[in-house]
Amino acid sequence: MIEICKVNKSFKETAVLTDISLTIQDNEIFGLVGPSGVGKSTLLNCLTGLEKYQSGSICIDGVRLEELKELEMRKFRKNMGMIFQNFSLIGRKDIFHNISLPMECWKYPKADIKARVEELAELTGIQDKLKSRPAELSGGQKQRVAIARALTMNPRYLLCDECTSALDPKSTASILELLKSLKKQFEITIIVVTHEMSVVQNLCQKMAILEKGNVSLVGEVQQIFREKPEQLKTLLGDSERKVSITLDVEDLAKCREYLDMQGTKYKITGGY
Amino acid sequence: MSQIDIALKNSNLVRYLPTVIIPAIGDTLKMVLISAVLSIFFGIILGIVLVMTADDGLSPHPVIHGILGKITDIVRSFPMMILIVAIAPITRFFIGTKIGVKAAIFAITLGSTPFATRMTENSLNTVDPQLVKMARSIGASKIQIIFKVMLVEALPTLISNFTIMMINMLNTSAMAGAVGAGGLGAVALTYGYQRFDYLIMYFIVVILIFLVLLIQGIGNKLYKLTK
Repeated sequence: MIEICKVNKSFKETAVLTDISLTIQDNEIFGLVGPSGVGKSTLLNCLTGLEKYQSGSICIDGVRLEELKELEMRKFRKNMGMIFQNFSLIGRKDIFHNISLPMECWKYPKADIKARVEELAELTGIQDKLKSRPAELSGGQKQRVAIARALTMNPRYLLCDECTSALDPKSTASILELLKSLKKQFEITIIVVTHEMSVVQNLCQKMAILEKGNVSLVGEVQQIFREKPEQLKTLLGDSERKVSITLDVEDLAKCREYLDMQGTKYKITGGY
Repeated sequence: MSQIDIALKNSNLVRYLPTVIIPAIGDTLKMVLISAVLSIFFGIILGIVLVMTADDGLSPHPVIHGILGKITDIVRSFPMMILIVAIAPITRFFIGTKIGVKAAIFAITLGSTPFATRMTENSLNTVDPQLVKMARSIGASKIQIIFKVMLVEALPTLISNFTIMMINMLNTSAMAGAVGAGGLGAVALTYGYQRFDYLIMYFIVVILIFLVLLIQGIGNKLYKLTK
């Protein structure tokens, strides 16, 4: 369980997180959403000690992060797997050595590393790519490699920082499926930072909306999207959009009929 | 008699080729290679220190960073020939003499190390900061981040930067010939230029061109291999 209690974080003069408090239960997929620059990624970095916060407390499975010394913090990070938007793979190492990097850093025996890497590669569906270089892989495959790498140390938490934002819809869907199955298989807690509402709807059970360095709403994803509270509306913004399409005049009536049936409010402007 | 025969007759090229010029090639290669190895070694260490102690580095330390940066810039601001002359007392203290190949290796190493330092810093800075963040997130130590991630990723850039540096060092070693370093530069000056034996001088220029092409060629090969 992750308990974030009144955490304050600022970069020099600018406050990024102000008195933020949040609890994330075990074995759930938790979405952190909000407009860009609101401190979502910063909060995630605080959870792994990549960034220090000025006050407040983060307690993960009973360990208070602010009390950890540097070496303890490094060891603690074995509990937290992290994946990123741009995959963060080492271009000059092949896939095998990209995945094995954490185990190499913690000096595991070679045989253990080989067995673990092969197991994870199979699990993430990249077993035939182990000898390739990252540049030869598609975006979705690269993210699978990153997920495999994040799982090498058997983490209890998987933190995803905009992990599907650089992917096309099809790869996104497959990565989301993979994350869901991982959660079931390993009972890990997954925390997803994203600006894509479809990802949250698709993947997460619970979500928190961040606004100006604070949590403005926490709740069940389904409930929030059903009830559409103010906070969600602000986040989604003015949903009025301009769509330009070319239609035959005969089809215009059909189109109106369809939009009316959907309950969409519309205004048709433009030519002939 | 053809033009070439006349030129050869007026020149001591053939006479000096085995006794002076070929040993000078050896001297030049010795100067360039040994001082390259040494200055790359020290440059990588100091470059790592610079990158680590930078504001956004792994262990920020403004004082060390500031002092090291300033020293680097001061040494680099000397024209190489002036530097060699200026540090002659230091050279004599450490090497025992201020002329000859050994003294030149000392002086060129001292002059090129700051260059290698900046080259290393520059190469390491091309590494995506996200990779460093990733390495920290898996619990890698600072040393591991440098050696398992940053240097691995920056290797091709390092190689191409050091190729530039070695060609610079070849030029420097030739110039150092003017102040007692020996090697091809000294021969071109004393046997060629000062004795009006232009054939020797241009012959050495050709050798230098060939050496530059050789270094650049090897550098390009290594770059492609590691890329």
